[in-house]
Amino acid sequence: MTAPLPERLFIPMSQHLGAPCAASVSVGDRVERGQVIGDVDAMVSAPIHSPVAGEVAAIGTQLTPGGQRVPTVEIVPDEEQDFESFVPVPEADDPRDIVRAAGIVGLGGAAFPSHVKLRPPHDMPIDTVILNGCECESFLTCDDRLMRERPERVVAGARHIKDIVGASRVVIGIEDNKPEAYQSVSARAGGDVEVLSLPTAYPQGAEKQLIWTVLGKEVPRGKLPAATGALVHNVATAVAIADAIEHRRPLMERIVTVTGSVERPANYLALFGTPVELLIETSGGLSANVGRVIAGGPMTGAALADLSVPVVKGTSGVVALESGQTAPAVSDDQPCIRCARCADACPISLEPFAIGVYANRGDWDGSEVYRALDCIECGCCSYVCPTRRPLVQLIRRAKHALMQRGSRP
Amino acid sequence: MQEAATTPRPQIASCPHLAAKESAPDIMLWVVGALAPAAVWAVWNMGSTAGTVFIVSIVSCLGTEALWNYLAKRPQTLMDWSALVTAILLAMTLPPRTPWWMVLAGGVVAIGLGKMLFGGLGWNLFNPALVGRAMITISWAGVLAVQKVPGGWFQGIDVAETGGLDAINGATRLAIAAADRAAEGGYGFDLGAQFEPLLFRNLEGCIGEVSAALLILGGLVLILKGIIDWRIPAGYIGTVAVLSGLCGSQGFLDEAIFNVLAGGVLLGAFFMATDYVTSPMTKTGRLVFACGCGLINCVGRFYGPMPESTTFAILFMNGLVPLIDRSLRPRTYGWVSKRE
Repeated sequence: MTAPLPERLFIPMSQHLGAPCAASVSVGDRVERGQVIGDVDAMVSAPIHSPVAGEVAAIGTQLTPGGQRVPTVEIVPDEEQDFESFVPVPEADDPRDIVRAAGIVGLGGAAFPSHVKLRPPHDMPIDTVILNGCECESFLTCDDRLMRERPERVVAGARHIKDIVGASRVVIGIEDNKPEAYQSVSARAGGDVEVLSLPTAYPQGAEKQLIWTVLGKEVPRGKLPAATGALVHNVATAVAIADAIEHRRPLMERIVTVTGSVERPANYLALFGTPVELLIETSGGLSANVGRVIAGGPMTGAALADLSVPVVKGTSGVVALESGQTAPAVSDDQPCIRCARCADACPISLEPFAIGVYANRGDWDGSEVYRALDCIECGCCSYVCPTRRPLVQLIRRAKHALMQRGSRP
Repeated sequence: MQEAATTPRPQIASCPHLAAKESAPDIMLWVVGALAPAAVWAVWNMGSTAGTVFIVSIVSCLGTEALWNYLAKRPQTLMDWSALVTAILLAMTLPPRTPWWMVLAGGVVAIGLGKMLFGGLGWNLFNPALVGRAMITISWAGVLAVQKVPGGWFQGIDVAETGGLDAINGATRLAIAAADRAAEGGYGFDLGAQFEPLLFRNLEGCIGEVSAALLILGGLVLILKGIIDWRIPAGYIGTVAVLSGLCGSQGFLDEAIFNVLAGGVLLGAFFMATDYVTSPMTKTGRLVFACGCGLINCVGRFYGPMPESTTFAILFMNGLVPLIDRSLRPRTYGWVSKRE
């Protein structure tokens, strides 16, 4: 479903990991759909395009779903919009330059600029490209819908990425709770693209876990995933890459899952800058006993205090949870009963209980011995803890302190 | 924000935003539930004398914890139900005729010394119920030795005749076997004939030994429910079976089955050694711990001064848990083992 056109779009100049963009338009300027409105000359960054034709009404600051207040271009769209046309990104010899110019970042949620990942270090040749069709979190169905409705584009993206990095193999991994997506992608794949059905397990959408499931290889600690010869991209990112290379289409919108305690859960094709509350309204509004509204999934997403935040490149979903459904508020000093459920649940075999005890005491040496810095913050330990100890939160505290004193994973 | 008046206002908190349903009190109540069939069957068969032990133990354990928290000005912790588990376990490790004041003292020591002094739930090194039982065993062996096992239970064995610690250790058949072994003769009873009473209705020994079958049933429920790790009972019982088969003189299979069913092995393996707080947290560690319990238990039975040694086997291994946990840590993703 296409999300309604908002009266005003709020387009933050930092929607990705890396250097924030500087607005390249001024108040009162006319912008066309697809026109660059923000860019910066930095390796790890991605330009930002206007998703509509309209007029720049203001340049202010705006809270993003991630909780930062960043410079934001506000655009009032024209009443008549031609969503079929856009300003194409400039032609380039290297497809990676097109990917950068199209503003493509990882659409699974991390929003890391994709052209950087397409340039792995020279001493780490990529032999396998893995497309992540796992859906990073429960509740989200945006990738599922994309794979069902546009399987040929997913496969096209897979081939483009494979060609760009010169890999010999490309695998699309889809969890077995999405049989329709698996069938539709398989039907389009052809002989050169492998489609794998993977057991459903959170956090398989995480890069390191997916590499392990598909290739049986572990990313050595402190190294890039490319060290295993694998490159992982989300299926939605692959589609954006295919659209950029074939149609020179910039990234202007994405699929956003709106679900949970809303009247009509749906996946929307939403323009960047669309306020989250407009999507919720379109879904019938929040139920009366809503507890938290989360940008992203319930395990790693951010709870929103202000629903006027805009959809950005990394917004995979908006999940409304009822108050009885959410984890209890974090309370300190519940005892660890040493049941080891956290250690059993940890996808990278850490012992969260131990890091939690050390972190609670401010003993960063102890946290480091128990490898707090390796934590991927999937949240499984906090989820399973029967005494509701805030384990991943304590580990984050330890990581923060360790990074500040110069320790690196 | 104008909408705040009409739209409900969402709360904020850090992720993850979901939590598993199972809480610590749920787990404790599952353990209580798993012990219930054996406990009820014991009271049914042994009568109010066993019932009194349960009631005194529960009052003593819960009362000690409540009083401790009150005096220490700490929040009450009775509702985590861990003291109830300790109370029921303590009662089940005692003979039904244990005097009420002895049970009371056992409860105070179990909770006070065994748990609260260490910092309460989660911080104790030794299994609280076994600390209580060990204290009783050591302190009042003489008092218990002159207690007569009530007639009609089994054959009205005079405890004084079969060795001082039998009643308290509650392993009467084991005691006879131990005495016979010491006399270097065959056992004065047929091993095979003991299996049925030991499984279904055994009125010798401790309250918790009333029915091996019901203990196994409760243990299996906890394993299937994912509350206890199968490695501990399997390792413990397996080690006891193999070692008794090898050490015993009456044939491998008979000795193995008898030594698993008789005495405290099943209660210990399913409900004591599996205590989260006092057992290792790694899977390999649990196997090592369980095999250690089984080994010490068997050595104690066959070569020790007492007919039964489950209590001290588990307490000894409890003391090694921090070392086991530290030396058998799992390999973290992305780390190569030292050997490579």
